[in-house]
Amino acid sequence: MTSTTLYDGIQALAAQYPVRRSAVIPALQLAQEQHGWLPPEAFREVADALELTPAYCRSVASFYDMFRLEPVGRCVIEVCTNISCALVGAQAVLEALESEIGIAAGETSDDGAFTLRTVECAGGCGWGTVVAVNGRYRERVSASDVPTIVGELRGQ
Amino acid sequence: MASSEHQPGPRELLLANAADTDLTKLGEYERVGGYDALRKAVTTPPADLLDQCLASGLRGRGGAGFPMGRKASFLPKPDQTEKPIYLAVNADESEPGTFKDREIMFRIPHAVIEGVVIASFAIGAKSSFIYLRGEYLAEFEILRDALEEARARGLVGANILGTGFDLSIVLHRGAGAYICGEETGLLESLEGKRGQPRSKPPFPAIEGLYGAPTLINNVETLATLPTILRMGGEEYAQLGVENSAGTRLFSLSGNVVNGGNYELELGTPLRTLIYELGGGIADGRQLKAVIPGGSSVPVLTADEIDTALDFDSMAAAGSMLGSGAVIAIDDRCCMVQLGLRVAQFYQHESCGKCTPCREGTRWMVQLLRKIEDGDATQGELDLLLNVCDRILGNCLCPLGDAAAMPIASYVAKFRDEFQQHIEEGGCPFGGASSLEGVLAPIDQHHHDVLKTIGVPA
Repeated sequence: MTSTTLYDGIQALAAQYPVRRSAVIPALQLAQEQHGWLPPEAFREVADALELTPAYCRSVASFYDMFRLEPVGRCVIEVCTNISCALVGAQAVLEALESEIGIAAGETSDDGAFTLRTVECAGGCGWGTVVAVNGRYRERVSASDVPTIVGELRGQ
Repeated sequence: MASSEHQPGPRELLLANAADTDLTKLGEYERVGGYDALRKAVTTPPADLLDQCLASGLRGRGGAGFPMGRKASFLPKPDQTEKPIYLAVNADESEPGTFKDREIMFRIPHAVIEGVVIASFAIGAKSSFIYLRGEYLAEFEILRDALEEARARGLVGANILGTGFDLSIVLHRGAGAYICGEETGLLESLEGKRGQPRSKPPFPAIEGLYGAPTLINNVETLATLPTILRMGGEEYAQLGVENSAGTRLFSLSGNVVNGGNYELELGTPLRTLIYELGGGIADGRQLKAVIPGGSSVPVLTADEIDTALDFDSMAAAGSMLGSGAVIAIDDRCCMVQLGLRVAQFYQHESCGKCTPCREGTRWMVQLLRKIEDGDATQGELDLLLNVCDRILGNCLCPLGDAAAMPIASYVAKFRDEFQQHIEEGGCPFGGASSLEGVLAPIDQHHHDVLKTIGVPA
């Protein structure tokens, strides 16, 4: 997507709301889809399109957990470690992912293939452990499923 | 009200037919009576619709349990205000343990849409916004497609069902912030700001979205409206028990055999949910504690599970029904570690606006970690309770209370276990607790990579 179509995309989002500023979060989501994360130019693009300042857009983005203020791997793996998942073995799932990929939670692999992190309650509590791969939930994941999952993701 | 001989139990109203029919498709939903309630509603005077809501006894299903009809009655009527009236749908489900709105959205998205159109018609709103939790990607796609189908059929948009009633529905995705489930945090976020709650009054019914009168209702609350209109408010009020009418989806998780969402009449005993529907405690373990309404509510002990799942019974037991999230905890869990993990969540999610919450949650985490590590003095356990006390009731929104209430309850009900950590200088579980070493997001950057993956030094 070029900058012009991002600009147009943001105008279409803004048109849905009585007040254009309501489109800040959807616009940042669109910019993040384009860039993979939110680099400084993304804040300039969103700010230009909505007639706000880049600093304002960055202050909004920094409040929300799903906005990436640093580059991430092509495959972002998120493990819920809130209590329901933790009670059924989320930490073992996380540690299996760490050892299978070779990075610690919070890190991105050197080849840019994987980012691994823990997240707060994903909303799949009765079907834990929940692991989100690029935003798609996998449920009832156990540590023994991890080698297959990582193998499948490496093959993609 | 229901008679005293009536024994509440499992009953599917909301999720009726959802098990054997794909109700995400408009045609299937209509085949089982879907949108009949809307067809009736748009030819009914709005005041009568609000009367039905009041008569039904429906209380909000998001967590606070406020009577829905009364909340709607606080809004000015369209002829009493110059401003537009808005409906904001709280689909930002994030209370730990809760996953029922998600199931409602992916199984019966049209019941949500039908409820939104009925409520909007009743209050005279021409724009409504569904604030959907950002992480719920599959649910976003299902709701988006369902909305498109409903628009194409003239059930949403201009001149709905030929009545002249116009309603736009915008599906707005959040971006990951628990606090946006708080109604004024939600409004701030929807206005394109950081989701920090507002001080009240003014209440959203008077000054909500863009300063205009706004009704904010949870997904399940709105999805229940078609059922209420089909049955009639008074008939619906016969279900459940006094002050807790109807059915509700309970999210069961933790150390149970069959986790999942179960629709029960309010007043069903907790024991029925955990043992009959949930298949009891997994791995042959003993039940130790139950969190009956999401991580923010006071804990119950194993001998309190004959408490009924209704507002009054839970209040009498010193807890709350909250978001209907029941978390069963078995005897492998260290209650200090549970407290630590819960406090870490609230520290992570505190928006930072009010000092008692922002600083208090951090103090709670530090004190609980010291207790868990066996480094705390008796005075520091007292200090933990003191910090909880100083948060309670001193913040603009309930997040601070949501952190303080459960932690204080763990100490109150499992005091011996906390005491043991202090007296023995360490965790009595000796590394064998089910929550041992769980990495909370807030601690992610302090994680020791070498220790975890065993890289040689």
